[in-house]
Amino acid sequence: MKIRLQTPISEADILKLKVGDEVELNGTMVLARDMGHKCMVEEKPDFIRPFLAGGIIYHCGPVVRKDEAGGWHFVAAGPTTSSREEPYQADVIGEYGVRAVLGKGGMKEKTRAGLMQHKAVYLHAVGGAGTLLARRVVRIMDVFKLEEFGTPEAFWVIEVKDFPAVVTMDAHGGSLHDDVLKDSTARAKGLLD
Amino acid sequence: MLQDAFLELLRRAACDLPPDVEAALRQAYEREEAGQPAKSVFGTILENVAMAREASTPICQDTGSINFYIDFPVGQREQDYRVAAEAAAAEGTKRTYLRPNAVNPITGKNSGNNVGVNAPFFHFHQWAEPYTRVRVMLKGGGSENVGAQYRLPDTSIGAGRDLNGIKKCILDAVLKAQGFGCSPGAIGVGIGGDRMTSYLLSKEQFFRRLGSVNEDATLARMETELCGKLNELNIGPMGFGGKTTVLGVHIGAQHRHPATFFVAITYMCWAYRRKTMTIRDGEVRYED
Repeated sequence: MKIRLQTPISEADILKLKVGDEVELNGTMVLARDMGHKCMVEEKPDFIRPFLAGGIIYHCGPVVRKDEAGGWHFVAAGPTTSSREEPYQADVIGEYGVRAVLGKGGMKEKTRAGLMQHKAVYLHAVGGAGTLLARRVVRIMDVFKLEEFGTPEAFWVIEVKDFPAVVTMDAHGGSLHDDVLKDSTARAKGLLD
Repeated sequence: MLQDAFLELLRRAACDLPPDVEAALRQAYEREEAGQPAKSVFGTILENVAMAREASTPICQDTGSINFYIDFPVGQREQDYRVAAEAAAAEGTKRTYLRPNAVNPITGKNSGNNVGVNAPFFHFHQWAEPYTRVRVMLKGGGSENVGAQYRLPDTSIGAGRDLNGIKKCILDAVLKAQGFGCSPGAIGVGIGGDRMTSYLLSKEQFFRRLGSVNEDATLARMETELCGKLNELNIGPMGFGGKTTVLGVHIGAQHRHPATFFVAITYMCWAYRRKTMTIRDGEVRYED
């Protein structure tokens, strides 16, 4: 049973989510990777603010095509490794009122504390599913810092429909990544003896 | 034209998963229970693979580092292949089969066309055959980050200079990788050699098909045993928990210096992209 989430996402919606829930995302997302996160923490730009309130940050460096009329299209757009944003993520969530961080691989303690404090969740998309996830992008609403950051790092603002993801860190301190690490470490003991 | 042949090879590599890999993913899908995130992940992966093939779009937006292994007949020039392959990589980037993935580590500047110093990576080999064989592997960055090299003995994991020690290295690497390399991965292992050649050997294992049997009986037994045991870890697809943690384990061994004993492990994400092209009397053929 998939839970539908529509931006702007409310605090009440977030508090209902728990680790392992499958969700479908609808509405606005902002793509940001390493340069974007550094910029949001150091410069706190306002141009991105309206898209992030109650919104979703997506860790993704897409393959993008420009058509003859100058319009942009996502060709492949799966998640990238989230842990690189660990130094920045909690601060970005607090500064901009972000409700969901979407990526792959999960995040660490600082982000977990940030998710609990600001009532937000970490969502995991299927890594490698570039073509399928690009098709859940309905339109590209805007792009910022394209010249300066380049295609994979720019702030792409997109609208998505039925974008699939799994809650792997919830606002109550739960982390599927920690659970699986603990379980697999226990299973590894004695496996080769 | 040679450049067109390379371009088609890159398109196929980026957009069309080899059948052995797709079959392994389908089996993994069937093993998972309905209603679990693991089942949904494999469902999404299989749907994505079919879509990418149909539309000639990249399976994954990280189209990886490009590795070419080129065997060519006596009397031909490496340079001709290099020029054609680099031009094809640049054209493939323009056509969005490939994402620009060559970044200058000093200036931070992306070359924009996948061509740079040692990018693509070439391994040339002149052979006695009358035809050319080009093998290409697209190696994702996320999975490359979870590779590991061990120097035996390694007391931190209780690994000595023996078969059990080697197995402990492989188990440790897969456990540490969790879902970060886009599991379920294929595991390439290089035993022996030096710092450089152990990694190289581990990566060359990915030119083997999944399910192929190692010619060395000891290594073949080790591959089967490890594949079974690693799947008991329950790390599952994306690290969500599940019955398939690895798609296969491929191991190579080479002689070592008496003083050294390296075990290198390279992790290939589930988007295990490789393709082969042969050129015989001007006729180009593509294989998986």
